[in-house]
Amino acid sequence: MLAAVAPTVARAVGSLSRRLGRGGGTTLPGVVLLRLDPDAIERSAGRLDAGSVVISATNGKTTTTRLVVDAAKALGYSVTTNRAGSNLERGVAAALLDLGRRRAELPVGSLGVFEVDEAALDAVVSKAHPRVIVLMNLFRDQLDRFGELETLLERWRQMLTNARAQPGPVTVVANADDPNLAELVRSIGNDIDVIWFGCNDATVGLDAVAHASDATTCRRCDHPIRHDPAYLGHLGAWACTNCEAQRPPLDIEIVSASSTATGQTVKVRAGEQHIVVATPLAGLHNAYNIVAAVGAALAVDKRRGPADGTSLSTVATALGRTQPAFGRGERVAIGTRELSILLAKNPTGVNQNIRTVLAAPDPVHILAMLNDRTADGRDVSWVWDVDWEPLIERAQRLTLTGDRAGDLALRMKYASADMSRVVVVDEADAALDDALGKAPDNATVHVLPTYTAMLDLRTILTGRGLVADQWDET
Amino acid sequence: MNPTLPSHTVRLCHLYPERMNIYADRGNIAVFANRLKWRGMSLEIREFTLGDSVDPSDHDLYYLGGGQDRDQDLVAGDLAHKADALRAGADDGAAQLYVCGGIQLAGHRYQTASGESLAGVGVLDLETVAGSTRLVGDIAISTDLCGPSVEVVGYENHAGRTHLGDVSPFGQVISGHGNNDADKTEGATRDRVIGTYLHGPLLPKNPQIADLLLSWALEHRYGGRVELAPLDDTLEKSAHAVARTRVGLDR
Ligand SMILES: [Zn+2]
Repeated sequence: MLAAVAPTVARAVGSLSRRLGRGGGTTLPGVVLLRLDPDAIERSAGRLDAGSVVISATNGKTTTTRLVVDAAKALGYSVTTNRAGSNLERGVAAALLDLGRRRAELPVGSLGVFEVDEAALDAVVSKAHPRVIVLMNLFRDQLDRFGELETLLERWRQMLTNARAQPGPVTVVANADDPNLAELVRSIGNDIDVIWFGCNDATVGLDAVAHASDATTCRRCDHPIRHDPAYLGHLGAWACTNCEAQRPPLDIEIVSASSTATGQTVKVRAGEQHIVVATPLAGLHNAYNIVAAVGAALAVDKRRGPADGTSLSTVATALGRTQPAFGRGERVAIGTRELSILLAKNPTGVNQNIRTVLAAPDPVHILAMLNDRTADGRDVSWVWDVDWEPLIERAQRLTLTGDRAGDLALRMKYASADMSRVVVVDEADAALDDALGKAPDNATVHVLPTYTAMLDLRTILTGRGLVADQWDET
Repeated sequence: MNPTLPSHTVRLCHLYPERMNIYADRGNIAVFANRLKWRGMSLEIREFTLGDSVDPSDHDLYYLGGGQDRDQDLVAGDLAHKADALRAGADDGAAQLYVCGGIQLAGHRYQTASGESLAGVGVLDLETVAGSTRLVGDIAISTDLCGPSVEVVGYENHAGRTHLGDVSPFGQVISGHGNNDADKTEGATRDRVIGTYLHGPLLPKNPQIADLLLSWALEHRYGGRVELAPLDDTLEKSAHAVARTRVGLDR
């Protein structure tokens, strides 16, 4: 009886919360629903005849979820998904709440596509019993919240062990280029269905593995791992220098990805087939997101029959139409200038954003925003692990703001920046004006915010009538 | 008082930089290098990893940062071969800084969460036992090492509970967990050695500690007593002031 009433109560809370303007009402009904009806996820997810896809990563889960949603819709699925950022258990519950509203049978081809926080993945998988689990990468991130990377790896190992034991087939779509992740998936056993994706374009390789690498040692024999080359953080064509451990053969690969600051053309091999995705999503990280999404789409669709050229080209077209999620390469015109917003809150994310920015013609104008609220990570020491030096070399002006702008300023000072080009402006509003004011006509100001700083920026842009209210986005 | 000269160089022994770097330890090294450079001197960085041997007569400053448990296990095994050299360096008056995982390995013993006991360098008389919860958050301590009651700010994140033997704490906890969340001590110090859980990293926002270690290192190499020329620390003080507010102190 309680279960039947629960969705109604939870939805009422949601609309009240929206009217009160608290957090857009995206997860509060989920919290209420889970409390009233702890089995809500399991039962609602069970109504999706095509099952669910869950997508998790340190970096890229929001964008990849958008890509998979667009690809699945193009393939004819009726898709239920959670809103960007609402990626804890309650966020998935809130998304499924919408299904509970429909009493009639769901259409054939109903599919759930859920972005899931790294630390919530085990809980969501144990309830949603997804048919496809997309594991993209694990980088050091918010150590104050997650503890060590090893803690998350262990939780994911347990999650996969449980998922393999669940009724019904499971396909894991995994990044072969992440040594920790690849070895984790392989340790689960040979009978698990895996689609490996990765990069095979040596021209976009890095000169060296980034400083903030979390995979320097073989997980089997403790000898050093070699990357030939490294592509992004510790992602790369890796092999142990001692034993036979190496990157698994790729099922889906980035054949080439050459990015400007505003987009790229990604050539992809999927099995025997080749597709080309022309996308406004810039940067190698987005090429990885795209091959992950191709893997997820193929995994979903293979239950309807083997992948053919038609469905792959449908996927390629759909992926090329996916627009940046807010703050993830989003561009906003302001008068004669433009903002490009590149959210990141860990060293690998910022390093990759810097690489994307530096694809623009020089000189570059930067607004860096560092907050230390819970969603950003309370510990700001990670900014010292970012390789700011190449950006400092090319930056005409570096405007710093946010609650911990002073820590960023110190980082720049000790990176030997020309401090006459670095300015701290405490108020975000004024900092935005400083960055825009110092940039010439037609220039792009590249904004590098942490999560809550990005929300602060959106509030300012919304106030100035430049972007729609984020909660109205779909 | 000995004047510092442009030719003066501090020789740094940086231990396992590729493994023990979890909380931005590179920031501490950048502070050493720049604060010497701005005074016309230089830092010569020598990196030591697994299997390398350390000659204690060859360094004025030693640094060991923090790592993930897995790396810390590997490093502990290797440190057994370097422990004599590190203790000899400390006894000889070289400056040494052990941060986070570093202080745990500087003690006699570190007992991991699984009950395994890792032998440490033994340069600081302390022992550490992993607890079931992590001690995480902003921290401020007071130390008398460079003048009376100097405030040092940082961030701590450790499962280990450290108990001191016959060694002084680095400071007293003003706010935060400290060595063991019980006795209000933080870190440890003897001679020219400092061990601490404070990262953030430690030195950029606490330049007095950086200069103390650098003057110790210069004294070790060139003798006499060294007083370093003051630098413009406006940005350092400003970031320090913001960090203070994170433990509820006034700006
Ligand atoms: Zn190996």
